[in-house]
Amino acid sequence: MQQHLRASCVFIFGMTLVTGLAYPLAITGLAQLLFPYQANGSLIERQGRVIGSALIGQSFTSDSYFHSRPSATTTADPNDATKTVPLPYNAANSSGSNLGPTNQSLVDRVKADTDTLHTERTDIRVPIDLVTTSGSGLDPHITPAAAAFQVPRIAKARQLPESTVTGLVTNYTQGRFLGFIGEPVVNVLKLNLALDDLTK
Amino acid sequence: MTANGFLQIACFFLIILALTKPLGGYMLRVFSGEWVFLSPLMRPIEKLFYRLAGVDEKAEQDWKNYGISMLVFSLVGFITLYILQRAQLFLPLNPQGMDNVAPDLAFNTSISFISNTNWQNYGGESTMSYLTQMAGLTVHNFLSAATGIALAIALCRGFARNVSKTIGNFWVDMTRCTLYILLPVSFIIALLLVWQGIPQNLGAYVDATTLEGAKQTLAQGPVASQIAIKMFGTNGGGFFNANAAHPYENPTALSNLVQMVLIFAIAAALTNVFGRMVGNPLQGWALFGAMSVLFLAGTLVVYAAESAGNPAFAALGVDQSASVLQTGGNMEGKEARFGIANSALFAAITTDASCGAVNGMHDSFTPLGGMIPLINMELGEIVFGGVGSGLYGMLLFAIVAMFVAGLMVGRTPEYVGKKLESYEVKMTMLAILILPFSMLGFTALALLMPAGLAGISNNGPHGFSEILYAYTSTTANNGSAFAGLNGNTFFYNLTLGFAMLLGRFAMIVPMLAVAGSLAMKKSVPPSSGTFPTDNGLFVALLVGVIAIVGGLTFFPALALGPIVEHTLMQAGTLF
Repeated sequence: MQQHLRASCVFIFGMTLVTGLAYPLAITGLAQLLFPYQANGSLIERQGRVIGSALIGQSFTSDSYFHSRPSATTTADPNDATKTVPLPYNAANSSGSNLGPTNQSLVDRVKADTDTLHTERTDIRVPIDLVTTSGSGLDPHITPAAAAFQVPRIAKARQLPESTVTGLVTNYTQGRFLGFIGEPVVNVLKLNLALDDLTK
Repeated sequence: MTANGFLQIACFFLIILALTKPLGGYMLRVFSGEWVFLSPLMRPIEKLFYRLAGVDEKAEQDWKNYGISMLVFSLVGFITLYILQRAQLFLPLNPQGMDNVAPDLAFNTSISFISNTNWQNYGGESTMSYLTQMAGLTVHNFLSAATGIALAIALCRGFARNVSKTIGNFWVDMTRCTLYILLPVSFIIALLLVWQGIPQNLGAYVDATTLEGAKQTLAQGPVASQIAIKMFGTNGGGFFNANAAHPYENPTALSNLVQMVLIFAIAAALTNVFGRMVGNPLQGWALFGAMSVLFLAGTLVVYAAESAGNPAFAALGVDQSASVLQTGGNMEGKEARFGIANSALFAAITTDASCGAVNGMHDSFTPLGGMIPLINMELGEIVFGGVGSGLYGMLLFAIVAMFVAGLMVGRTPEYVGKKLESYEVKMTMLAILILPFSMLGFTALALLMPAGLAGISNNGPHGFSEILYAYTSTTANNGSAFAGLNGNTFFYNLTLGFAMLLGRFAMIVPMLAVAGSLAMKKSVPPSSGTFPTDNGLFVALLVGVIAIVGGLTFFPALALGPIVEHTLMQAGTLF
C-alpha cells in the first residue's frame, strides 16, 4: 500500500508541474507571441479605450443601432447578495435562460418581445433568433434575417436610404467556413461600428 | 432540416472515420511501449517519473493491484484538488480575488473532475482562480482521461492475452497516455484554438465601455489550454459557465468542428486498438459499426426535433422556418453561429461520449431533442463514449450480447477467443446494473425530498426531467446538465457527488475483475460453431441488446419526463 501511495503522490505532483503549469504557461507564452490579439480577448479599441470584444455581444437599445439577441445573463442583486437581477450581456457571468419549451414564462417573454418588434414593422414575421436568448447570453451575432428585419428602423433613425443599410449588412455578413460549415451570421458590434463610421 | 445540415453531419462523421485507423495505430504503439517519434522528447521525462515514484516499468500488475493503484491515485488527486480550491484565495494567479470555494461545492467539484465527469455546480468565471483552473482542473482533465484510457487498454489485454496473470502496469499506461497522446495533441490544438479566438492570458478581467456607454466586464484567463484537453479527454468542464456556447470558449464554426472531432477521436480510435490487439481489426470495426448506427440515429432525432421548433411560438408571429437567411427552429439557448444542425450534432456527440460540454443549453431543447441526450447517457455512454470508458462499456455490452446469443443456441458463449462463463457474466451485469441503480435511485430520492424538489426551475414534467438528467449525467460521468436545476446546494452537491463516485468506481472494479479473469483464460481458436463477431449480424445483435436493456430499464422514467412533455407541448399545454 505504501508503494501505491508513494507513486500516487509523485505522479500527482509531477503531472501538476507538467500539465498544470508547464503546459498552460508554455501555451500562454506562445499565444502571446504568435496571436496576441486573440490571446488577449480580441478587444476592440476606439480612441485608446476598450469598447468591447469582437467575440462578445453587447446590449443595444437605441433605434439607430442594430439590436443584439435577448440575453438571459444576470448579476448579483446590489440590495440582496443571495438574489440575482437581470443584466443583459454580462460578460463576467455567462448563462442561458434554461427555460424549458413548455415554460409559460418563456412563451410570455417571446410574445412580449415579438409584439414590441411588430410595432416596428408588421409586413413580415419576426426571425426566431431576435426573440430567443442564446446559450451563453453573449452571442455576438444575429442571423442575416434578423439584420434584414431591422434595416427599415435603422434607415429611418439615421436618415439613410434602406439600400445603403442593406448593403452594409451584406458586407458584414460572414459566410459559412469553407462554404458549408457553420451558419451565416452578422457581427452586431462590428456592424454598428461601421454604421457609426458611415454617418460620422 | 436542410441539405446543408445533413452535409455538415456527414462531414463530421467522415473525419472521425478517417482518423480512427491512424490514431488507433499510433495509440497501439504507445501502449505497447514501442519507440514513437515523440520518444526522444518524452522518454527522459517518463523515466524520471518512474525513478521518483519507485515504479519498475517492466513489472506488470494483476487486476487487483492495477485497480488499487488507480483508486489510490484518484484518492490523492481528490484530496489535492479539494485543498487547492479551499485555499485559492491565499495562492497566486488570482487577479479577480476569487474567494475560497465552499466545502460542499469543493467536494462535488473534486469528485467531478477526478471521475472525468466535470459536472459543474459553479460558474467558472465567477468562482475559480486561474491557478485552480490550471494546476487543479486542467491537470485532472488530463489524468482522469488517461486513467479511463489505461483501464480500457487493460480490458483489451484481458481479451488479447493467453493465460496471463497480469493486465499491464497502471502507472506506465497512465503516464504514456498523458505524455505521448494527450499532451502533444492538446498542445497543438490549444494554439489552433487561440488562433480562432480563444483567449490565453493571465491578466485581470477587462473593463470595456460599450458603444452605448454601458460598462461591460470581459472575463479572461488561460482558456485555450484547458479547452483543448477538455474536449480531447471527453471531460467537458467549461472554463466559463456557458461552456462551449461561450464565444470565448468556442468562437467559430471551425473551432466548433475541431472540438466535436476531438470528443470522438480517441474513443473511435480505441475500437481500432481493440481490434488489432485481439488480432482481427474487423472486431474493432464491428464495434465502430454498432456505435455509428446508434450515433447517427440519435443525431437525426435531435436534429429533427430541434428543427421543428416550438409550436407555442407559431401563433405569435415568429418565423421558425429555415431559409437562406436563417437557420430557424428552436433557437432558445442556441448560438446563431452554430444554428440548429451544429447544436443538435454537438448535443448528440457530447452525450454519446462522456464529454458533457454543451454549445447550446439542453434545458431549452424540445422534449424529444433533450430526450436523446438522456438516452445516450442512460445507455452508459457507449456510443464511442468517454475516452476508455466508452470502449470498456461497449465491451461489457458485447459480453451480454454474446451471452444472450449463447443462451439462444445453448452453447457456452465466446467473444474474440475467450469463453465467457458465469463469473464474467455476473461481473458484467453488476457493472451494467450500477447505472440504473444510481440514476433512478437518486432521482427517486430527490423527488421525495423537499431539498430535491427545491432545485427545480421549470414546472411540469420538465422539472422531473431536470432531476432525472442530473443524476443520469453524473452517474454516467457526463457532466452536461439541464442547467436550470440549482445544483449548488448541500443536498445536490452531496448526492450528485456520490452518484459520480458510484458511476465511475463501482463500475470500474467489476470491469477490471472481468479483465483479470479473461486474461487468465486460454485463447480458443475459432471453430465452425463459433458465432462470428466481426460482421453485420453481430452489429445488429449488439445494437438490439443495447436497445432492449436500455429500453426496458429506462422507458418508464422517460415516459414521465420528455415523452409526456412532448405530447403536452403538441396539445398546447404550458406550465
